[in-house]
Amino acid sequence: MSFEPGQRVRVAARTHPGHHRTPGYVKGRTGRVERVHAQFANPETRAYGADGQPAQRLYLVGFDQGELWPRYQGAARDRLLVDVFEHWLEEAE
Amino acid sequence: MTTIGGVDGAVHDRGGLPDASPIDRSEHELADWELLTDGLVGALGGAGVMNVDELRRGIEGMPPDEYERASYYERWLYSAETILTEKGLLRPGELDARVAS
Repeated sequence: MSFEPGQRVRVAARTHPGHHRTPGYVKGRTGRVERVHAQFANPETRAYGADGQPAQRLYLVGFDQGELWPRYQGAARDRLLVDVFEHWLEEAE
Repeated sequence: MTTIGGVDGAVHDRGGLPDASPIDRSEHELADWELLTDGLVGALGGAGVMNVDELRRGIEGMPPDEYERASYYERWLYSAETILTEKGLLRPGELDARVAS
């Protein structure tokens, strides 16, 4: 599934024991697609000596800081931008 | 093993973990061995022997107590030795034996 800028997305809350680049603090959290990056070799297979193909689409996803940190004290407009691969993203209502 | 948002993470995945001490932002001059480590890993990458994702996996797979003790480039060295041993380019214990001799 691919996503468009402005679309609400949730990061999959799944366990992945192998190498992956999705930070734990965004798993299960909902954000918004800010930018659609290019496709890149998949680090999850490349980390085990494979060529990382097929390449995976990378997205810049913006999260409200309050969504990530329940006790966040800063301004409500504060956001955190994280690059997340497509296969970690789900459609959010 | 730490848990954030109900998902288990490895030792390196520490964003948002409580930490009583402030981040050490001091800079230090790199020692020769650190520069050599950077060059070595770069050369291994350039030669197609190991890539940056393998380097990261080797770091993330360190025993947590060793990870916590190690400096940045000590983690690189640990990982390079792990990955090269996996690939059969080093024998287990080969570097230790060479350093001890």
